Amino acid sequence: MWKRDEAVKPTSQPTPAAPVASNVQPSAPVAQQAEPRRIERDLVNIGKSVVIKGELSGSEDLTIEGHVEGKIELKDHLLTIGPNGRIKAAVFAKAVIVLGEVNGNVTASEKVDIRDGGSVDGDIVSPRVAIAEGAHFRGSVDMQRKGGTTSTSTSTSPSANASAKPAPSQPAVTQAAQPAAH
Amino acid sequence: MAFSDLFSRRRKDEPELDTGAAKAPVHSTKVLAKFIASLNGRASPVLLDLGSVTGSNVTFFGERLGCKIIVEDLSKDIDRAVKEKTLAELPAHLTRRFSQPDGSVDGVLCWDVFDYLDKHAAAALAKQMVRLLKPDGVVLAFFNTLEPKESNPAIYTKHIVVDAAHLQYRPYPAARGKQRPFQNRDIQRMFEPLRITEQFLLKSQQREVLFRKAVEPSAPGAGA
Repeated sequence: MWKRDEAVKPTSQPTPAAPVASNVQPSAPVAQQAEPRRIERDLVNIGKSVVIKGELSGSEDLTIEGHVEGKIELKDHLLTIGPNGRIKAAVFAKAVIVLGEVNGNVTASEKVDIRDGGSVDGDIVSPRVAIAEGAHFRGSVDMQRKGGTTSTSTSTSPSANASAKPAPSQPAVTQAAQPAAH
Repeated sequence: MAFSDLFSRRRKDEPELDTGAAKAPVHSTKVLAKFIASLNGRASPVLLDLGSVTGSNVTFFGERLGCKIIVEDLSKDIDRAVKEKTLAELPAHLTRRFSQPDGSVDGVLCWDVFDYLDKHAAAALAKQMVRLLKPDGVVLAFFNTLEPKESNPAIYTKHIVVDAAHLQYRPYPAARGKQRPFQNRDIQRMFEPLRITEQFLLKSQQREVLFRKAVEPSAPGAGA
């Protein structure tokens, strides 16, 4: 009875679709799989040996493993800086996942996620920021709350921080945080 | 799998802490709530954190309190000075370290960084904190009151905010151990003209202090 419960778990996990999974899968074998039209997302990679100097903009998700200097703009898309990626640029994207090195300011309309081993030297502007335990960060974080109805969700990704767990005790904090507002 | 393991399994409704975090002790804090309350009335307060970067603290102060957080992890500076044997230059380094303009910060989280500094370096750092602080701004700092033992391992502590009354202490390796504790009057002098508005001596023999910069009489809206 219990065993069955455990056996079910792994299959239900990969569903969350988005960023990490897309990073792992190379584009070719994906076509073979049963659900080709579920997510029609092109995967663009800038490989390890590629060096780009100048302005990089696009309208699809992008993974960078090479070097980029200048400016990166992917306003409505996900930018992943792979473990080999070295960025010396101002970055603008919908969401940014950092596994490599970024030297420059990062602006995301949705989320910035610095994973274990990732490094950011620069200022981050994003409504949600997750910094994993082994990540390096130097700079400022501005989570610019828009209006009064802010994201009540916790920003931490599953990998990001076990330290964000104290959520259960947070009501006390909210109490301290809000009534004193004037 | 042993039969007993079936019964020792984590219940589904229990929080899923990773082992490292679960082992780290949680301590109560008296002064953090006062610090948070001081930041509460301000619009987009700027917070300077001198400790090691912690995702959940960034979330706590950024998302919940709407702070802009500047992370300046001084443990790396201390480690570098120890490794390069430039500890004598640390006071001068700390004087140049912060590029932020005068009076630009609403709150500073020093945590226990002063425990790792010699008198001159500590004085240089305190001076910078005074410079950076806005009128009515606050500084939170912890000071050890016990003489350090040689046998103690050199560790820093990550202070993870659990809630306004609790901090989780997560140790990590340091290049240098805690130094001799500062006397109360030395602490007061270092931070002059800041006032100590709250001070607690915890059972752990750690002194928690909240400093506040006086509001200049000529600045009418400063306290709002």
